[in-house]
Parts: sequence; structure tokens; C-alpha cells
Amino acid sequence: MNKTVNQKAWFLVLPVLVLVAFSAVIPLMTVVNYSVQDTFGNNVFFWNGIRWFEDMLASERMWNALGRQVVFSSIILAIEVPLGVFVALNMPKKGFWASFCLVLMSLPLLIPWNVVGTIWQIFGRVDIGLLGHTLDAIGIDYNYTQGFFAAWTTVIVMDVWHWTSLVALLAYAGLQSIPDAYYQAAKIDQASRWAVFRHIELPKMMGVLMIAILLRFMDSFMIYTEPFVVTGGGPGNATTFLSIDLVKMALGQFDLGPAAAFSLMYFLVILAVSWVFYTVMVNLDKREGR
Amino acid sequence: MAWMAWTWPTAAFFAVIASLLIVFTVLAVKFPETPRRGVLGIETTRGDRLFITLLGSAFLNLAWLGFEVAPQPYALLACLVYAAAVFRFV
Repeated sequence: MNKTVNQKAWFLVLPVLVLVAFSAVIPLMTVVNYSVQDTFGNNVFFWNGIRWFEDMLASERMWNALGRQVVFSSIILAIEVPLGVFVALNMPKKGFWASFCLVLMSLPLLIPWNVVGTIWQIFGRVDIGLLGHTLDAIGIDYNYTQGFFAAWTTVIVMDVWHWTSLVALLAYAGLQSIPDAYYQAAKIDQASRWAVFRHIELPKMMGVLMIAILLRFMDSFMIYTEPFVVTGGGPGNATTFLSIDLVKMALGQFDLGPAAAFSLMYFLVILAVSWVFYTVMVNLDKREGR
Repeated sequence: MAWMAWTWPTAAFFAVIASLLIVFTVLAVKFPETPRRGVLGIETTRGDRLFITLLGSAFLNLAWLGFEVAPQPYALLACLVYAAAVFRFV
């Protein structure tokens, strides 16, 4: 049966479009305007052409921050996705304990970023923090304000603590939607636990996992508050990720032009990666729909 | 609008993007099309190809600037070639 095509529903999107234009598109246009000009304040601008882009592309500082950012996002994705799936596989499927686990898992997600930062900032302190004090007592040299390794470990463990639940909850939802018939068929075929995971659970979870990866990638790529509260980007520049560096440049030094050029490139990278994820996701759905 | 610090080149840039969007919307309404599968192995419509062109052109321009290939205006020529390729093969 052929459905008639009616595109009028698009008009319902208009209010959102206006809102997004106000909150995102117009500010972004302003950033583009800033990126080709120089200013000394008072809203007086001087034309500077593409010089800021040239400067930024040649700037070691930006490439270093980008490198740290990519490493950070890769590490947390490599930990959170498998861990989240593992947790989801081991969560009770129904009854009281299922609800209990769900509530427990969603708790970290409800805590605001800066509070998470503060919790870990204190938790890790050698003088009054439980973690820092314990590590110190058993003879491990741990000080996230001075040690490169300690700072990175703290920031990564904090992110894993905060966001693995998201992956786990999404994977859990994916698992719940698998009909029992699949498992029964696998049992008849005497499939191993690994085979069930590899050929039933993983393919059925693929869609939600892609969403989880996309969300976690974007969030971690834009991370600001938590490392800012815990390490302030230090020791040295060890945990100065892209947005921390960007804020330092734009607000700390008031270099609006270079910061605008920087943020446009930052935006382009996020846009490109998100587009790739989105495309893969949509195509997975289509393949499943067939 | 003074707070937005407009300049003629950036205004022209956004005018071009806006008119491209309008043209492609009109095209999509007047001449509906079925998505096709190109070299990327994904289904694309004209709008998708426009997006790929614009995003790719941005990176092409940055690479052109970063590697100091040639004076920047020539990057636009490269973008035109790239656009033609995207609309033909993707």
C-alpha cells in the first residue's frame, strides 16, 4: 500500500528551530565573526583575515590539548563500554533486585558535574581523603596535584565512576528487548555462553551501544567541569583538555580571535565524528529493519 | 546587530550557506528523489551530499592552510572539485 506523502508536519519543528537559532546558531555565527577579527575590548573589532586560523593550526598548545583529549576519550570509551556491557549482563532481569540495581546505577548520573569533581577532589586528597590517605598508608605515592600518572588516573576513574552507569543502563535496555525465543533456540543448539553473547546479545545491543558510544564520546570530548575542579588542568598542562584550554584562552587571556578560531575547529571535529556515528547508527537500523 | 561584530566576508559566507540551504530545500520539494548508494556504501540524498560537501570543504580549507599548499583562495577551487566528486560518486 502506498502512503501519501505529507511534509506539513515539519512546521511543528519550527518552535524548536527558533529556539535553537537563538541559543546556538546566532552565538555560533558570532564566533565565526570573532574568528576573523581582533579586539581589545569595548566591542571594537579589527579585521584580521585568516591569521588566527593560521596561528592556531601552527600552535603546539592546541595540538597538545587535542592529543590529550583524544587519548582521554579513547581510554574512557575503552573502559566504559565493555565494563557497562559486563555490568548489564550481570544485572538481575526482574524482581526487587532489578529495580534496586537500576536505582543504584542511576545515582551517579544524577550528580552534577561540579559536585562529582568536588567529591573526587576531596576523596583523593592525601591529608583528609579516604582514597588518598589509604593509598598513602599502603605506601603508594599518590598525589594528583603533582603526579602526572596520579592526575590522569584520578580523572579517568572519576569519569568511569560517573558515566559507566549510562552505558550499563542503555545496554540493559537493549538486553531486555531480546525475546526469550532467541535464548531458547540457543539452548537447543547447545550454544556456549560466549556464542550467545557474540551472536545474539551483542548484535541486538548494537543500536543502543552505538548511542552510548556517541553520547560518551561527545560528552568526554567536551569535558570541562570535572577535571577543572579536581586538577585545574594540572600538574603543568597534563590534564588540560580542549575545553579547559579554550576557556583559559578566551576568558583568562581574553584572546577572543584565536579562541574563536580554536573553537570552530573543535566544533568541526565534533560535528564530523558525530556525523560518522549517526550515519553508522542509522545504517545499522536500516539493515536490521530488512 | 553590532554586538555580533559582523564583517562583509562573514556575512557573505553565511548568505551563501543560507541560499544553498534554501535552494536545496526547494529542490527537494519540487523534485523529490530516492536516496542512492554511492562509494561510501551509505544511502545519501542531495541534502546529505550537500552536508558532506560543506563539512569536507571546511576540513579541506583547514588542511590547505595548515600545510601551506598554496594561497588560500585556491582552496576554493579544490573544494569545487571535491563538491563535484561528492555529488557524482557519493
